[in-house]
Amino acid sequence: MQHAYLYRLFMWFFILLIGSAQLMADDSYQQKRDQLMTLIEKDIVDNSDFLDNNRLSEQVVIAMRAVPRHEFVPQKHRHQAYKNRPLPIGYGQTISQPTIVAMMTDLLQLKATDSVLEVGTGSGYQAAVLAEITRNVYSIEVVTELAERAAKDLKRTGYDYVKTRTGDGYYGWKEAAPFDAIIVTAAASHIPPPLIKQLKVGGRMIIPVGNQFMLQHLVLVTKDAADNVKIRQILPVKFVPLIGKH
Amino acid sequence: MNRLDNGFYLIAISIISACSLAYEVLLMRLFSIIQWHNFAYMIISLALLGYGVSGVFLALNRDQLTKYFPTVIMTNLLLLSISMPASFLLAQQLPFNSAEIIWAPVQLTYLSAVYLLLALPFFFAANVIGLSFYRYKEQVSSLYAADLFGSGIGSIAIIILLFMVFPEKILRLLMLTVLLVALMLSLFVFRQQKINTTRWNTLFISIAVIAMIIMPRYDSLSLSPYKALQQFLTMPATSVISNKSSPLGLITIAESTDLPLRHAPGLSLKATAEPPRQLAVFTDGDAMGAITHFDGDLATLSYLDQTTSALPYHFKPLSELLILGAGTGSDVLQALYHGSAHIDAVEQNPQIIDLLKTQYADFSGDIYTRPDVKLHLAEARGFISNSSKKYDLISISLMDTFGASASGLYSMSENYLYTEQAIQQYLHHLNTNGYLSLTRWVKLPARDMPKLLATVINSLKLDNANQPQQQIILIRSWQTSTLIVKNGLITPTEVSQLKQFSRERNFDLVYYPGIKEQEANQFNILPQPYLYLAAQALLSKQSDDFIDAYKFNIDPATDDKPYYFQFFKWQTLPEILPLLASGGISLLDSGYLLLVAALLQALIASLVLIALPLWLCKAKLGIQAGEQEYRRVMVYFFSLGLAFLFIEIACIQKFILILHHPIYAITTVISTFLLSAGLGSYMSSRLINNEREYTILIPIMGIAILSSIYMLNFDFITIFLLHQNDVSRFILSILLIMPLGFCMGMPFPMGLARLSLTRPKLIPWAWGVNGFASVISAILATLIAMQFGFMILVAFAVVLYGIAAFFFPR
Repeated sequence: MQHAYLYRLFMWFFILLIGSAQLMADDSYQQKRDQLMTLIEKDIVDNSDFLDNNRLSEQVVIAMRAVPRHEFVPQKHRHQAYKNRPLPIGYGQTISQPTIVAMMTDLLQLKATDSVLEVGTGSGYQAAVLAEITRNVYSIEVVTELAERAAKDLKRTGYDYVKTRTGDGYYGWKEAAPFDAIIVTAAASHIPPPLIKQLKVGGRMIIPVGNQFMLQHLVLVTKDAADNVKIRQILPVKFVPLIGKH
Repeated sequence: MNRLDNGFYLIAISIISACSLAYEVLLMRLFSIIQWHNFAYMIISLALLGYGVSGVFLALNRDQLTKYFPTVIMTNLLLLSISMPASFLLAQQLPFNSAEIIWAPVQLTYLSAVYLLLALPFFFAANVIGLSFYRYKEQVSSLYAADLFGSGIGSIAIIILLFMVFPEKILRLLMLTVLLVALMLSLFVFRQQKINTTRWNTLFISIAVIAMIIMPRYDSLSLSPYKALQQFLTMPATSVISNKSSPLGLITIAESTDLPLRHAPGLSLKATAEPPRQLAVFTDGDAMGAITHFDGDLATLSYLDQTTSALPYHFKPLSELLILGAGTGSDVLQALYHGSAHIDAVEQNPQIIDLLKTQYADFSGDIYTRPDVKLHLAEARGFISNSSKKYDLISISLMDTFGASASGLYSMSENYLYTEQAIQQYLHHLNTNGYLSLTRWVKLPARDMPKLLATVINSLKLDNANQPQQQIILIRSWQTSTLIVKNGLITPTEVSQLKQFSRERNFDLVYYPGIKEQEANQFNILPQPYLYLAAQALLSKQSDDFIDAYKFNIDPATDDKPYYFQFFKWQTLPEILPLLASGGISLLDSGYLLLVAALLQALIASLVLIALPLWLCKAKLGIQAGEQEYRRVMVYFFSLGLAFLFIEIACIQKFILILHHPIYAITTVISTFLLSAGLGSYMSSRLINNEREYTILIPIMGIAILSSIYMLNFDFITIFLLHQNDVSRFILSILLIMPLGFCMGMPFPMGLARLSLTRPKLIPWAWGVNGFASVISAILATLIAMQFGFMILVAFAVVLYGIAAFFFPR
């Protein structure tokens, strides 16, 4: 009897220990996320004058603080999840650098009611950040293994309302079109014209240009009321090649 | 056996040298495939440290090693044969990712491990050669001649092999060759020695048999998952359907049966047409291009009218066309779509041509055998030099020097396509009112196009153009920009055609005669109209100030400094460094910095692995306390190590311009240098027997006089040779290089011969010092050429030879 009591007590203690370890771990991840966000925000204020407000919008900051990046990073890189760097996720793909994710999300200027299409789900992290802002997120990935893993991770982390699909992103997601925003993270030799068609008037499309570990610049496509398409080419740092007036 | 009484030994030394050189070239090729070119260059330069470290090892253990000479030689040959494939196959298993190096310091550890692994074969090869120098010191000139002769043969053999066999298979071939050499020595040279040759023979044959059975299972290449080919293959229903290998690169054809490829770089956002079915073409697993399906229906090619490079076709009907770098044919298709009647298509890679003419002839519409397309297998600059034909349009679209990238240096290498002299040649081949069209990728912040623009403007000025600003048009999309240079003045009609073309496709006007600032930067908006401002500044009188003040190196490239892709400026580095972590990494043009990093690494590694042990163990080397003479020896062999490669590299770069094809040029120059230097080394024994010290001045005066004559008259030599036919050009080039190589082969064996009489114990040490200098010489030569040009590089070499003459060992 005595033994059974002790055993139960031990079990309770053990469960409590695991629970509090989990809480502490979550807490520690939250702390790391907050620290990372402070870094990103400072970085953006210091270096970027391309964002309309020269700082990240509140909703992007909240989203970035909320999404557990470590849940979208392969186990062996989990300890680096809150470093401000891209990380390999297999199949020659990476999870983007948090600063770039924050910038791209901010440049889309999303509202809670907007619908957004992501071409190139990758790890699913970007989709989760978008899903913190709006519930209408559609994401397509061509690499089957990545698509399945990302869908599972999104579900596991509570972003089960993100609609995912495996396949070719060139023609977008006709059934859900048009979109207020589109983000194209899969490399392409050109911007697919069908995606521009699926962009609403006043909509925004963002495309990072460069390789997995080296972003070159961001391309922001906007569509005005007359269906005219304009592109802004954005260097994500404050650097002016020209000096003085000539 | 203290004298070389057996010709087999010299043959063995020749073959080992041939295998080492072949292995070096092979590694460059292999690493270009599994990683990227610039890292291939770094890795190989460091791997050569094996030579230097061997010098230390021999210097410190020379007497013991000589005591067991046959066993040591056999052991080293055995280890060399095994390490040649094993080092590479192990190195490619390391998770080294050069693209991640800025983010993950652990990558530096992997890189170091790669260096160490690859240095091993060179260490073993150098042990065999270096110890032979010491053992047979009286015949050092014959040995060195055999070494150089072998290297010369190796440099030719590897190029031939790379055309015939996939590079990974050559690893096995080299292994077997070295084992064969070992067997030969065992049977014909060491038979009389106190070693059990039967046991060795059995061992060699067993290893050869095991390698033949086991290696085919393990010698496939593991490409970085971040290369375009690997990423393509992660998509469903994709597969490699064909591979072709040559020294110019590994060409891989892949297809996707599920998803269309849709390769159309720079396609307008307003385009409604899609490319027809395409096959992906990768060079060294990267740099994707496409073979486009063409069944004769021109309407299927309408997407090619939606790129910036289509602009000149909208000015007027263009009949005579020259397409440089025709490759898989998209520029030819663009010209056909626009109704051009006569197209000269120039492509230098025979394997690409072969693919389009045979295997994929039906798929690609047999474009290279059409009556309206004339195909030329040639290098662009070479073709234009030998042609007197004039054209309505000369087009170079998104083409980088294939040869430069294949030779392993990429952005650090020469590029004669976009120099002032090249542009002048293109312009001289235009009909009156013809166009030169140059299309490049857009790089942000702008550096590629401003540099090209500066080069074009200078070329026009050199051609005494009165109004260069009236001859230029520049447009851009978000992805590509096209620069048009007209052989005549731009007319108002052309300006209105240009405006309509750009407006319909959402392309931006950057420059045309009379452009207003508000017209630029309309569709693809940059924070400022940078390219427009750059064009205005470069066309103004303050262009030099602008180039000086610009944060990237946009100095026009010339034939003497043909480094078009060198954009790096030291002044900008402090501004860029703090931006690296926050997305500014692309600001860093890493090619040049990698070269500097490679030099630093080589210096540090050489100091730690070569110089320091030698310094600490002076007594063991046979240097007595207070003795200063060894310093002369050090300066002598160090200067020779630097100077030899300085001249060789300058000649390679210069002769590429004359012999056109980089691979043939490099092979011709290197093999001629090595073979003639081998002859020089052999003949140097006559000078060595002369007791007088000043005999060293004979070859050094020869080097100084010949290299000065060549460099000072190089323009004349170039023009003269370019007017000869192919065979005469190659023969005359060889005849020009031979006397120089002959003289350059003499000082090293003369120094060693002198040491063999006065301080034989220093021979392995001198070998090490020379190896150390060779490691840094190749990188240093490129840096000097980039900074000051080839003339100065050769001047440095002549001074170094002068220093060597002064410090000739007593």
